[in-house]
Amino acid sequence: MTSLTATKRSTRGAPRAERGRGAVDRGAWFLVLPALIPILVLSVGPLLYGILLAFTDAQSGRTRSTQWIGGLNFQDLLHDTLFWESFRIGLVWAVGVTVPQFLLALGLALLLDEDLRLRWLARALAIVPWAMPEVVVGVMWRLVYNPDAGVLNETLRDLGLGDGRDWLAGLSTALPAVIVVGVWAGMPQTTVALLAGLQNTPRELHEAAAMDGAGAWRRFRTVTWPALRPVALAITALNFIWNFNSFALVYVLTSGGPGGRTRLPMLFAYEEAFRYGQFGYAAAMGCVMVAVISVLLAVFLAGRLKGGDEA
Amino acid sequence: MRTSTTGRVGQYAALLAYLVFLAFPFLWLLSVAFKSPRELGSLHPTWIPRDPTLDNFRQAFDEQPLLRAAGNSLLAALGAALIAVLIATPLAYVMARRRSLLARAATGWVVVSQAFPLVLVIIPLFLVLKNLRLIDSLFGLVLLYVVWALPFALWMLVGYVRAVPEELEQAAAVDGAGRLRTLVSVTAPLLAPGIVATALFAFITAWNEFFFALVLLKTPEKQTLPVVLTHFIGAEGVADLGPLAAAAFLATLPSLVVFALIQRRITSGMLAGAVKS
Repeated sequence: MTSLTATKRSTRGAPRAERGRGAVDRGAWFLVLPALIPILVLSVGPLLYGILLAFTDAQSGRTRSTQWIGGLNFQDLLHDTLFWESFRIGLVWAVGVTVPQFLLALGLALLLDEDLRLRWLARALAIVPWAMPEVVVGVMWRLVYNPDAGVLNETLRDLGLGDGRDWLAGLSTALPAVIVVGVWAGMPQTTVALLAGLQNTPRELHEAAAMDGAGAWRRFRTVTWPALRPVALAITALNFIWNFNSFALVYVLTSGGPGGRTRLPMLFAYEEAFRYGQFGYAAAMGCVMVAVISVLLAVFLAGRLKGGDEA
Repeated sequence: MRTSTTGRVGQYAALLAYLVFLAFPFLWLLSVAFKSPRELGSLHPTWIPRDPTLDNFRQAFDEQPLLRAAGNSLLAALGAALIAVLIATPLAYVMARRRSLLARAATGWVVVSQAFPLVLVIIPLFLVLKNLRLIDSLFGLVLLYVVWALPFALWMLVGYVRAVPEELEQAAAVDGAGRLRTLVSVTAPLLAPGIVATALFAFITAWNEFFFALVLLKTPEKQTLPVVLTHFIGAEGVADLGPLAAAAFLATLPSLVVFALIQRRITSGMLAGAVKS
């Protein structure tokens, strides 16, 4: 909606100012429409429709027409302990993946920025998790975690550390086990982003700091980190959102089990919508997810941007 | 920069730990894929298969329609990549060259679209596509993939456009070339490598996608590779490990190859898009 009005305004008011700058003028709509229409029809539209659905009793495969039921779905959600449990699991998962992911990626990025011999190998390997379909990542780690034929238990047995267990099926081990996979899968992308940020920091600053006798930690704090902060913040915020909303990895690893211990909000909503056909209710879940994420993110970004240079 | 010897040793130890962490699941996947059923059944698995075999690959093709699934994936990914780039490039150009409300709105959408859980979009789309009889159709899936790949495609492309000096276009304009002419003969050739990289990235994204495909495609004949892969895992979570690993490995190869080819460009694209001019 806003985009549509924006089109009108910008095509009407712009030509004089833009002329002679080599920029597009009156014909901008012609360049913009091909992308704008699909975005409006297949993304913005469904989103608004989805929010509307949250206020209805829409179900799949029902003959009776859909009724507007106001905030009833949200009222039900409020009392749905299973949903809030999955929400809690989603937050634990998102934080549990995002934080180690960032720290490990930062470490690796700093290493790769140094002049080390095996650097090329690490860079090449970092591509693998990034390029892999999430389904394959899930499958692969199922093989690693396999209670009998898995490499993890075998290694533990070799080291004399117990007889191994069924990591993905254990009530207390399932969530940590999938978190490890999440960290593994998202680390490369974070590393590359941070590495790109590192290579943007001026070398001379480092050298000057080193000449002044600053140790590694001081150089990191006074030179590296300030330059890296904008990239680090952006990628952390994005990672948190992506992780909170993730689906395929855990779906393949545990399908939300055992006993719902790894049932992320997306898995819960998916089951509600496409197994039980509760479209309206699932849409309400989606709305709550967006709302909470937005609030958390606003708090995070507001807190971090204050007092520092902006992204 | 000078680093002490102990510092170096520590760095190499850390790097080695990273290498192991990154590599070992993938090596294990390879190992399982080439193991004989007898070896897979043994209680003490080995890293390197004692008598490597291709049986798992054969069996994987027997058990599930992998070729057809790969064909479906290829079709969906190619279609998505082509359409996404075709429609994204002009918009990215406007976003990069103009600070209009529209450009800002598009940029806002790129960012905001990352925050929405897919379930909020897929339910209404499911209903709409059902009415259009596009459920269970690859074409419907391609449409979704286009929109799904757009934010990142725009992000990358905006960066590539900004990398083309505006002065070049102005020079062409001074020489009397029209806007369209300038775009086609000056800007487009310089953008071409970036456009190819973006298309390949959209291809990988679609090739790897699972959620939309899972929800939309019900008939086995139409399902894409990631969905078919999950059929190897039984309802009770019991899986035939060898063929599962073999199929998983095959499903990864295309995106791995493509990714290796364009990795540098993706990285620079990410960065270029991230750095505001």
